[in-house]
Amino acid sequence: MTTLVVTKRMAEHPADSHTITRYQATGGYQQAKRALGMTRDELVEEVKASGLLGRGGAAFSAGLKWSFLAPERPSYLVVNADESEPGTFKDRQLLERDPHQLIEGLIITAIANEAHHAFIYVRGEYSKPARRVQKAVDEAYAAGFLGTGIFGSDFDLDVVVHLGAGAYICGEETALINSLEGLRGEPRLKPPYFPAAKGLYMKPTIVNNVETLSNLPHILALGSAGYTALSSSADTGTFMMSLSGHVRKPGNYEVPHGITWRELIFDIGGGMRRDRALKTWIPGGASAPWFVPEKHLDLEITKDATAEAGSMLGSGAVIVMDEDTCVVRAAERIVRFFAHESCGQCTPCREGTSWLEMILRRIDEGRGRAVDLDLMLDLGDGISIGLEWPPRMTTICPLGPSAVSPILALRDYFRSEVSRHLEAGGCPFPGGHIAGEEEEEEE
Amino acid sequence: MTDRVRLSIDGVEHEVAQGELLIKAAQDTGTYIPRFCWHERMKPVGMCRMCLVQIETPRGPAMITACTTNVADGMVVDTTSEAVKRSQEAILEFLLANHPLDCPVCDKGGECPLQDQALAYGPGESRFVEIKRTYVKPIPISDLVLLDRERCILCARCTRFSEEISGDPLIEFMERGNLTEINTFPDHPFSSYFSGNTVQICPVGALTAKPYRFRARPWDLERVESSSLFDTAHPRVEVHASQNQVLRILGVDHPNLSHGWLSDKARFGFEYLGSADRLSTPLVRGGGRLVEATWPEALEIAANRLQLIKDEDGGGALGVIGGAQGNNEDAYALAKFTRVALGTNNLDCRLDDTLSSHFLAATVDRALIDDLDTSGTVIVWGPDLKEEHPTLYLRVRRAAQELGATLIVVHPRATGLDDRAVVKLGYRPGGGFALLDEIAEGAHSDVSHALAAAKVTALVGLASLADDPRLPESVAALVRQKAPGARILPLSSRANTYGALDMGVAPDLLPGRVAVGAIGCANLAESWGDIPSRPGRDTRAILEGLVSGDVRGLLLVGADPLRDCPDRTLAGEALEAAEYLVSIDAFVNDSNREADVILPVAVFTEKEGTVTNLEGRVQRVSRLRPAPGQARPDWAILEDLAALMGVGLGLGSAETIAKEIADVAPVYAGVTWDLLDWEERDGVVVPMTGDQPLNHIPVSLEGNRAPRAALTLHSARVMYDDGVRLRHSPSLSRLAPGAVAHLSPVDAPKVGAREGATLRLVTKKGEGEFRAVIDPGTPAGVVYVPLNQPGAPSLGADAVVRVTVVT
Repeated sequence: MTTLVVTKRMAEHPADSHTITRYQATGGYQQAKRALGMTRDELVEEVKASGLLGRGGAAFSAGLKWSFLAPERPSYLVVNADESEPGTFKDRQLLERDPHQLIEGLIITAIANEAHHAFIYVRGEYSKPARRVQKAVDEAYAAGFLGTGIFGSDFDLDVVVHLGAGAYICGEETALINSLEGLRGEPRLKPPYFPAAKGLYMKPTIVNNVETLSNLPHILALGSAGYTALSSSADTGTFMMSLSGHVRKPGNYEVPHGITWRELIFDIGGGMRRDRALKTWIPGGASAPWFVPEKHLDLEITKDATAEAGSMLGSGAVIVMDEDTCVVRAAERIVRFFAHESCGQCTPCREGTSWLEMILRRIDEGRGRAVDLDLMLDLGDGISIGLEWPPRMTTICPLGPSAVSPILALRDYFRSEVSRHLEAGGCPFPGGHIAGEEEEEEE
Repeated sequence: MTDRVRLSIDGVEHEVAQGELLIKAAQDTGTYIPRFCWHERMKPVGMCRMCLVQIETPRGPAMITACTTNVADGMVVDTTSEAVKRSQEAILEFLLANHPLDCPVCDKGGECPLQDQALAYGPGESRFVEIKRTYVKPIPISDLVLLDRERCILCARCTRFSEEISGDPLIEFMERGNLTEINTFPDHPFSSYFSGNTVQICPVGALTAKPYRFRARPWDLERVESSSLFDTAHPRVEVHASQNQVLRILGVDHPNLSHGWLSDKARFGFEYLGSADRLSTPLVRGGGRLVEATWPEALEIAANRLQLIKDEDGGGALGVIGGAQGNNEDAYALAKFTRVALGTNNLDCRLDDTLSSHFLAATVDRALIDDLDTSGTVIVWGPDLKEEHPTLYLRVRRAAQELGATLIVVHPRATGLDDRAVVKLGYRPGGGFALLDEIAEGAHSDVSHALAAAKVTALVGLASLADDPRLPESVAALVRQKAPGARILPLSSRANTYGALDMGVAPDLLPGRVAVGAIGCANLAESWGDIPSRPGRDTRAILEGLVSGDVRGLLLVGADPLRDCPDRTLAGEALEAAEYLVSIDAFVNDSNREADVILPVAVFTEKEGTVTNLEGRVQRVSRLRPAPGQARPDWAILEDLAALMGVGLGLGSAETIAKEIADVAPVYAGVTWDLLDWEERDGVVVPMTGDQPLNHIPVSLEGNRAPRAALTLHSARVMYDDGVRLRHSPSLSRLAPGAVAHLSPVDAPKVGAREGATLRLVTKKGEGEFRAVIDPGTPAGVVYVPLNQPGAPSLGADAVVRVTVVT
């Protein structure tokens, strides 16, 4: 069975895994102390060698990202705790249940990137996680692990916990930086505003996800070789997946890279509720193109295998839908989310996503036209030229192209279901809802 | 060369400057990439996505926005690939999805980038069958600008302008996604002096200007390029008229001047041209009233009376005030007429409110506006540039904000540049010399340090009516002493003052900035004959001469001393005492109301000519429409007057006058209309051959100190006042602040004044009632009163004011 890494402490000590007492009693903060004795190069090389991929969605090598940090100082560290990809709730658990693990990872990262100011940007709706993190930060300050001269060294590190204001786009690292600076939450142009060169306050900035940082104490403890040995596949370490939808046992699971979707959904997730048939699932958050059982069930859950199949692991959010789900309505719900969360900068995203939403709603309400699916694909092509994944974007950030993913599912797997909506003059599913909604009370 | 890169655009190799944006490099080498949000004078935002092009990368072709991408060596760009065409069609279809198709009633129709690019790159039809976004519209966001949010394509041009260029970020994006809109903050209208620029750069009809709204279709407009005289930098403009009425003025991107931006005064200050109050026939006094007369009648009466005074008491008994409102050719004619026909040097285009003529016209190493861009330090000690010198304001702002110049601002109260100043020094109005002494002694190390920078440019002028007019020259002298290579720009804010001085409309200057004296007069003798060789009276001396009786006759040329002279009491007594008053003007004003003869004159857009700006740049101004009725250019009136006085001025036409100027004024040699029309369309900066040393003139500070219980009066000009042209431009006249007195939050409670209270202000030179404004920008001990406001009593150039509360 799985070796737990980042969720080990909370699994073994559910009552008090979030306290500094428990954290220290289970070996906490030793690696941060050790890191103080290491050089930037040593730390960057160790993390590169560990193969750690960013867990925020882009799955980019964390060590490589650090190595891009421009030489100008001061540099800043920003922890992206703005977990807002629909279906994703793993960072929440890490924030709530093991905040000191994050802080230790933060300290290691700050040392590696010579940053003396770090910001933890917590999603605005996460009030309990934010309180837990703030408390942990306070405890760490009191213990001398943060502040002036941490662990008795000459290294200073101040940490600010900042709450977002409820915008999905602020999970995009440059929009997050804008938001931290008090500006509108809008992604910046890349180039020239790559955070590692011109980030927060136009200074070199490292932005890392909560889960990414939570892995760092373990990488130092196990050594990069020990860490890579945790996984039998090309992707190293473990991976947190937020499993939701029509499975028997939804929840967060820390899994080794390399298991298959079948294992995830039917073994770990306990199979489909009411034994209904699996219709489709979203493998990596609402942005990701969908998978279907006839093609993808036995694929390995790795970055490359998912990419080759035209989707992504993203934030690790898996949304499972059974045979009674109306995919038009599901698509409409996702597109509506992106239209609502579009920052409004880029023409194709601002106008295109809401247009797609209107068409989907029309089809769902029985006012669809035969040309509508092709029209949606054509509009999608204007946001994401060629309708490929990863997208050739006509936009600054991938939010707009993300809204096209559900349309691709309609094209590739559910064309007939769209036709049934047109023929039936509306949703052919009983009650016309996203199936499952009414069942929640029963279970 | 390392500063050039080679790239291929659509299969053609080009060599362009490194660091340039692709969209600009492509444009300069002949490939137009469509765009909405990109504007050459503002930072790119890459929002509209219209300029997507395809480049080759190691990972295959990629779509990038040309407005956010710098050229790189070896770059291969395709602006016409299938993917590019696909994205252009998509962007336009998305933009038009919610854009109302009300082009037939939209001001922008016919000159609309969205219309034009939809035609050139768009899909030709819309597949959007849903209901379009609707908003309440239009909403006025200021007194001059209206916003139609339905038409807005959210390109951020207006918001960037207000933040990056004009420095009043009063419009912003609100909401997000499909509901994103441009708007102002509650209770904070877009009351910027530069709001009209946003209308001009709006790529659709979302922002419209009240004075132009629904007035014309662009294809019906006649247009001519000219220079605005509402700003002594003379920003380049295009004037548009329909049926002989000027309907709008647009900024033209002149590389050395305002970069296309205009103050609202320069942009909207045209309504006076078509005012029903414009004089269209000569008026003569008959039976105590001004009655219409024919030109021959009016000219003969005027000429006879001027001749009579000259015959009796000599030319010294005549005086001429004005000449700064017309073109150089008019000014030259006036300078010649005064010397040759009237036989006097009693002539002044300044109204006792500015610097010495030699300092203004003949300072060695006078600065060019472009010097600001390369200066390490810019010092502004003078008027609030935002109020009086909008072009300089924008250029100084740019130098400090974008180009890294260290900005020092010295002014008695808050100015529009304070937010960009590294050092801001205030002083009690009238006490400038004390501060100057402190700086000279090194008491302000930050200033001393900044003046040691590689290149220093100093903009100096009168900051306050309470300041001694000799202060700016002393400031310049100190700057020169501390920074020997410093460039100096002496400031004066009236229309074509610098041109008029260059033409010799001053008691001590002859054409070409030549000093009045034996040598200067001798050099002119061939064309002008014998002229008086001793300097004449300046405006103040002319007015005093009128009061004393030494001067009997006065010729006013586009001047209103009763309004514009700081000492209105003196002006009033002088006009009262004038035995004979002739006025050449476009309007009846306070000063010529009692004139014996008023001769109607052609003004801006009604005559051809040249003007000279504050850096010495000569530019063409052009005729677009006829003058009303029988109004004529100044020079033609003066030539006829001279003829009736038995003197031939030999002027002929404006163009032949220009040739004569080029002949007799050494620094204007070669500056002909042909040159300006064909070869040097950006104008010519006439050389600075001045040798005027800068003098530090110690001035006693005694008498300028406010006694206890009194406050120091700071009077300064503001953009909107009661000047005759603004008074007849209804869209702008209502923007004048009126009779207001600003008190600091410290002093207000001491005198018991609340915001809006009626105050009584008393000085030695005048008194009257003002509305109180509690203003944190005004320092304690100072009362700030904007000059020449409608309904405002005159307080004179006195620094001591007593304030009491009436209600």
